[in-house]
Amino acid sequence: MINFGRPRRQRTTRRVALCAFAATAMLAADMSIAADEPLSSGGEPVVRRLLPDQYRNIVADIFGTDIEIGGRFEPDIREDGLLAVGASRVSVTGSGLAQYDAIARGIAEQAVDEKHRALLMPCVPASVNAPDEECARTALARAGLHLYRRPLTDEELDLRVNAATEATKILGDFYQGFALSLGGMLSSPQFLFRTERSEPDPDYPGHHRLDGYSKAERLSFFLWNTSPDTELLEAAASGALHTEKGLLKQANRLLASSRVEDGVRAFFEDMLHFDRFATFSKDAAIYPKFTNDATEASREQTLRTIVEVLLTDKGDYRDLFTTRKTFLNPLMGSVYGVPVPKITANGAPDPWVPHTYPADDPRAAGILMHASFTALHSHPGRTSPTLRGKAIREILMCQHVPDPPGDVEFTVVQDTENPVYKTARTRLEAHATEPMCTGCHKITDPMGLAMENFDAAAGFRTTENGEVIDTSGSIDGKVFNNAVELGQVIHDHPAVTNCLVNRVYAYAAGREPTKGEGEWMKYLKSTFVENGHRYPDLMRTIVTSDAFYRVAEPQTQDARAK
Amino acid sequence: MSAITRMASRRRVLKGALNGGVVTLGLPFLNGFLNENGTALAATGQALPSCFGTWFQGLGLSPGFWEPKEAGVIREMPMQLKPLEAFKDKINVYSGMRVFLDSHPPKVHATGAIAVMGGGIPDDDNGAFPSIDTLIADHIGTRTRFRSLEVSCNGQRFAYSRKSASAANPAETSPMALYQRIFGPDFQDPNAADFTPDPKTMARKSVLSAFGEERQGLMRELGSEDRSRLDEYFTALRELENQLNLELQRPAPLDACTVPENSEEGTHSMVIDHAAADNRLFSKLLAHALACGQTRVINIVFDSAGGNLRTAGSPVTFHIHTHEEPVDPAIGLQRQVAWFQEQCMMALNDTLTALDSIREGDGTVLDRIVMMYGTDTGFAKFHSVENMPMFTYGGAGGRMKTGIHVPANGDTTSRVGLTIMQALGLPVSRWGTESNDTSRTITEVMA
Repeated sequence: MINFGRPRRQRTTRRVALCAFAATAMLAADMSIAADEPLSSGGEPVVRRLLPDQYRNIVADIFGTDIEIGGRFEPDIREDGLLAVGASRVSVTGSGLAQYDAIARGIAEQAVDEKHRALLMPCVPASVNAPDEECARTALARAGLHLYRRPLTDEELDLRVNAATEATKILGDFYQGFALSLGGMLSSPQFLFRTERSEPDPDYPGHHRLDGYSKAERLSFFLWNTSPDTELLEAAASGALHTEKGLLKQANRLLASSRVEDGVRAFFEDMLHFDRFATFSKDAAIYPKFTNDATEASREQTLRTIVEVLLTDKGDYRDLFTTRKTFLNPLMGSVYGVPVPKITANGAPDPWVPHTYPADDPRAAGILMHASFTALHSHPGRTSPTLRGKAIREILMCQHVPDPPGDVEFTVVQDTENPVYKTARTRLEAHATEPMCTGCHKITDPMGLAMENFDAAAGFRTTENGEVIDTSGSIDGKVFNNAVELGQVIHDHPAVTNCLVNRVYAYAAGREPTKGEGEWMKYLKSTFVENGHRYPDLMRTIVTSDAFYRVAEPQTQDARAK
Repeated sequence: MSAITRMASRRRVLKGALNGGVVTLGLPFLNGFLNENGTALAATGQALPSCFGTWFQGLGLSPGFWEPKEAGVIREMPMQLKPLEAFKDKINVYSGMRVFLDSHPPKVHATGAIAVMGGGIPDDDNGAFPSIDTLIADHIGTRTRFRSLEVSCNGQRFAYSRKSASAANPAETSPMALYQRIFGPDFQDPNAADFTPDPKTMARKSVLSAFGEERQGLMRELGSEDRSRLDEYFTALRELENQLNLELQRPAPLDACTVPENSEEGTHSMVIDHAAADNRLFSKLLAHALACGQTRVINIVFDSAGGNLRTAGSPVTFHIHTHEEPVDPAIGLQRQVAWFQEQCMMALNDTLTALDSIREGDGTVLDRIVMMYGTDTGFAKFHSVENMPMFTYGGAGGRMKTGIHVPANGDTTSRVGLTIMQALGLPVSRWGTESNDTSRTITEVMA
């Protein structure tokens, strides 16, 4: 059997029992999902290259969680703030395909080995040394359904069976020949690219919608960060996804599953630029505690906090910037100076324990004071209020901070031994008196300076070079005295809410919202606010909408031929 | 119009140009296999083909300290090129060249790098023109196992090598992984006594060929922008098929080819000593790959644009030094910056030494390659893209004269790229966009 009941990776957080009440209420309301939703013209269907975690999740779902994926994927690019949007721009290079091919062959060889073959193969070949077209056809059709997120066409299946047959003849081994054809599927464009297809909408003549399988794909990748499972594919095949009842049933099923945590994690990893952790390091001599393990733990700490606030507690998205709750393990405890007892035996992984900062703790300022933000947006050996402020503007408010101009004199900014300018604030103020620099630094630095109590490796400090750090400032007319108050200002800033909604929709659709989706986006934002800024409700509004599956008339060769 | 469409259009135009649509100035292709003296011969009696490479380092050098005093033959290496003293006769220096920004807002560090490597400035962040190495690889790299090989010594996977906005060649960051790619189980030793085609390679090729037949059907389902992306995929597939084809043929013997010992893993970090060590490991492997006919195009990133390298234990990166350090009036240089630049030139010396240490007949691998130095600024302190340091190393198999300083005050950096392409026999009469477009070959260095 295709293994869709795979055990999830071990986490100590509570499982998410999500919105069962809301789901029931919505089903009972029946057919009301689009009642007040404004019409949307949609955008063109997109073609997205699979992101590495999506690739890994699919392989684990289909072939088993213990399949090792060796090699490195082509680097992704970030567009409009998201890798998920950049995925709609990238292709595959020659050296990149060679690496996909090597990864695919490695996976296929494991999938047909004696340990895993029963999961993959619904049949036993008549001979292990000769082609068995019938058996190969059955197995390739079944794996293909999940790899391609749709049934293979007759031509596709014939080609793959013939490829397996020819390879078997050359190698004299059924499983090796089969594995090469399977590996070919894993590096084929139908697998590597999520290609959306559209069809005329019989309910709205003259308009187009995504076809059933493309709908299933959007749902599944957005909510679970993997390809559709068997039940969702069946709903696509039967046409049920085109009915409101069928769509609600599947959306609620996916939202109620613990796997929605994968979808939430994937979105926030993308939005918060956590891909940068792959090449991130701190200077070991200056910050000996900030090891590679701490880098990985920083990321995990924030994702756990997000899951706790948004899913487990069903909290307000904005509370991420004020919450006193987080999770710590002994390593991160040492980074922040919070004792966390090491209670496991030698060799066992350290547990994550919930931690709530006291109300008056200056570190109790939400996820922005986590190392995943303060350390990520610093230099290897020193802080940068400008980088931190820029990150808040660009990542959380979707605002663009212009690049610095050429011909700038920076000498004073980073001279930490300057006897006059002892703190980052005084150095930056001296620099920002330059007229050409003032404009941009005004929009970045005040927020970054409020975070100066956190050094470049997230450690807490109150002085720099013996001088007390001044963390006061203001943005957009709102005054704050420290990081905790900055968190509240960010919490209340309307750009933060609007930005999240834009990012989530762009992430799910693989592109920025189009002009024709303007009214729909306004509706989405107001609904999010009315629902108390609840992230699961935002996901639900999107996946149960008409707008999410509405597409502009496609410009394909096939469409033009018709 | 989207950037992909623009890129694709330009690419098509360039491809058209390369197919002879523009006046052809280059040498006939077969001459690409002959060197000036006909001495660097393979065991088969055929001349060894010329090669191309890039070596990239962020933040450039310090103006006034890398330019030879006199035009023409380089008699004395300027201060910042002293680490390359051993290669005085194999280097060309082009001074006074600049990147023209035209109406493009300068993106500090990115703009200069992209313009040097791609001949122009694209309109958006991820948009880019084909880089020079991919244009050259399309011409000289189609009959080798690897069309090109990219490496990066600082752990970052970006290689300044791209065919379009949607297809950037990723850099290998692990010397050990590079070793496996080149000299692992799929390597066919050209000097092996026996040759037996591997049945598994035959089977793989048969499967890949079958999948390649689906191109037309898949293209029909897509809009124009996505069709060019899919086209790039199928181009990649053909490259992979070509690679397998070559593995199934008995390779021509190459006297100079020896298989190096398995490489160390390397450190892939931004500490400059680590990057220098990785550069030595990579350079050795790439020199052997060239000698063994595995590729004709290599790209080495020692450090990225913007200069992320630092010394262990210091909170200050090379980049920060360029902006914060005052110029020492006694020497007219930023001392720390000059130190980092010296380390970069020492690393470049390591690369040239690796290429020059493999003898092929009367010459060396360095003699039949031409390497282009790439960087992002002419004066990092102010993000200037004027007076960009531009160098070439090696004689392209006798097709370029070496040991020459060419002052080219105010000219676009694209002249260097154009000259290299013509020396390597590409049928191009001009290169670059807007004010960085040029048809002026640097005749002083053409053999």
